[in-house]
Amino acid sequence: MSSNRINWFKYSSPATFYPLAGKLAPWFTAIAVILIMVGLYMGFFVAPTDYKQGEGYRIIFVHVPASWMSMFIYLVMAFWAAMGLVFNTRMSGMMVQSLAPTGAMFTFLALWTGAFWGKPMWGTWWVWDARLTSELILFFLYIGYIALHSSIDDNRRADRATAILVLVGVVNIPIIYYSVQWWNTLHQGASVSVKSGSSMASVMLISMLIMAFAFWAYTIAISLARVRSIILERERDKQWVSELPEIKQ
Amino acid sequence: MLEVNNLEVIRGDRSLFSELGFSLNTGELLHLLGHNGSGKTTLLRTLCGLIKPSQGVVSWKGMNIRRQRDEFALEMLFLGHLNGIKADLTAVENLRILSRLDGLDVSDDELWQVLEKMGLYGHEDLAVGVLSQGQKRRVSLARLLLSKSPLWLLDEPFTALDKAAVDFLQTVIAEHVENDGMVILTTHQDVGLTTGEVKQLRLGWKKDGDV
Amino acid sequence: MFKAFYTVVMRDLLLAVRNRSDILTTVFFFIIAISLFPLGVGPELNTLREIAPGVFWVAALLASMLALERLFAIDYADGTLEQMLITPQPATILVLAKVLAHWLITGVPLVLLSPLLGLQYDLSSEAIQVLMLTLFLGTPSLSLIGAIGAALTLGLRGGGVLVSLLVLPLYIPVLIFGAGAVEATVSGLGGAGHISMLGAIFLLSLVLSPLATVAALRVSAE
Repeated sequence: MSSNRINWFKYSSPATFYPLAGKLAPWFTAIAVILIMVGLYMGFFVAPTDYKQGEGYRIIFVHVPASWMSMFIYLVMAFWAAMGLVFNTRMSGMMVQSLAPTGAMFTFLALWTGAFWGKPMWGTWWVWDARLTSELILFFLYIGYIALHSSIDDNRRADRATAILVLVGVVNIPIIYYSVQWWNTLHQGASVSVKSGSSMASVMLISMLIMAFAFWAYTIAISLARVRSIILERERDKQWVSELPEIKQ
Repeated sequence: MLEVNNLEVIRGDRSLFSELGFSLNTGELLHLLGHNGSGKTTLLRTLCGLIKPSQGVVSWKGMNIRRQRDEFALEMLFLGHLNGIKADLTAVENLRILSRLDGLDVSDDELWQVLEKMGLYGHEDLAVGVLSQGQKRRVSLARLLLSKSPLWLLDEPFTALDKAAVDFLQTVIAEHVENDGMVILTTHQDVGLTTGEVKQLRLGWKKDGDV
Repeated sequence: MFKAFYTVVMRDLLLAVRNRSDILTTVFFFIIAISLFPLGVGPELNTLREIAPGVFWVAALLASMLALERLFAIDYADGTLEQMLITPQPATILVLAKVLAHWLITGVPLVLLSPLLGLQYDLSSEAIQVLMLTLFLGTPSLSLIGAIGAALTLGLRGGGVLVSLLVLPLYIPVLIFGAGAVEATVSGLGGAGHISMLGAIFLLSLVLSPLATVAALRVSAE
């Protein structure tokens, strides 16, 4: 048991992860750039014009993958938060910290593109649609995480406190989503629910998936880069950091 | 009884102490020494389970204290910098609540007696907020007289006390150690013990050695 | 264990009685907030009746959030909190006791005051009954969920504002079902579904929130 634990600790130690992240980040950056170019090309030039919504619908190639990512990233954060609380590994908290800004960014992107889509489709920038409202609340949860983390000076304490917050949030998300939907059906107003999926052309679906993968690669690349700077900041007094070639110069 | 192995505590980005190890048996007193900021308080708070060490284990009767919180809490009494008493409650009320939470069954007569012994005669029924620093400290220290726990962890217990109270507390501590109790304390005073063993541990040196 | 629970509840109630301003500020906040809306919206009774459930519930949310700051802060400052965490009593029980006392002090007055304020908004007696019932079922959940936020922000600078940022999004389901029940009753749909959802949320937070709160307190008390 105890030797097992030490192995874990070494495996997830910042000193070994730092160079690994450095090696992986450029690859994911390249993948992200290529996929985004392919996805945008397919979405804007290959996919057919929607007979009902015209050209304006093309924003969904950014909107839908962004809102997927906004939820996935929160789940990934919750996974790392749980790992950090259970195994007390140092890297977990840094992973959560490095993912949060990207998650918040995608949530904001989803809200923003949603508003842009809503204007021509529904004639208004904002509709109290269940999905939009849940997305807004998710955005608040991200902001809450970032605010809590930045107001605690001790990084270890910040990691543990925010891990609890993220886990509480992840339990709440389905409840919030469900209650917002209930609320929405009760207040059925002029909002048009957009049924996508079944009626969508396969080219559209493929472009959307490509964009989703592109965002994945982007998320991995940017959070690896971010986690590297978090490691450097937190471990600046450690010997292995001072022995790094880029520090020595 | 109490064993500390390879303990490391990090506060902020700074490691306060690491590879710290010692053990304490019945009838022993450990006197923690060290300059300000050397981690004496942090060590005490780690020993009572409030602070999670970043590495290493504190074990009590051969078992990690973090795996037996309630059992360990029953056998340990920690008095920190803060007195842990409510300013709006009287000395008796405070002591009654604290002893109930400690799992003790103490009658009101006993409470009054103990407070009298601590030199708080005539102040038992006043809100603690109006008492002086030293008197507040005495209310908090009155728990020692009620305690049935073998292990006492005392952080600067003599602060704010006058000479008479310091002498009284010295005898209380000495008696506890003589009755096979264990005490770990931080203080700038010399601790006099008639019998029993006084160990010393100095923190904040380049290398933290065993006792 | 029950004795410890009882001790903590009685201690906090006694402290509240000795220091009454704590109770009164929350209550008056609730009253003032609710009385402000007609001044902003206009005295049209039809409008007021329509917005009443939302106004009452938002005011209750804010009032209970404001009261959160005092839940652990004083115990933290005078050291009784750290002593609570190292007593041989299960910390979840003690936290539950503190939350119960907090609810009795800050939640129950809101429930009791709501009929009086409901008259200002010309609510029917049926609507007032449902409003009281939802507040009675919903405010404990607010205290329980809020306790997590209060524990997480203990001793931090700007703790009060931070608490609102962390806790208000988590309050949303309670707001939706609480206000929804009253609204459904007013419009004649019946609010039974909403009320049972409120009950479910209460049970869930009763089980989960003390665990999260204790974990957060242990982190904050380090």
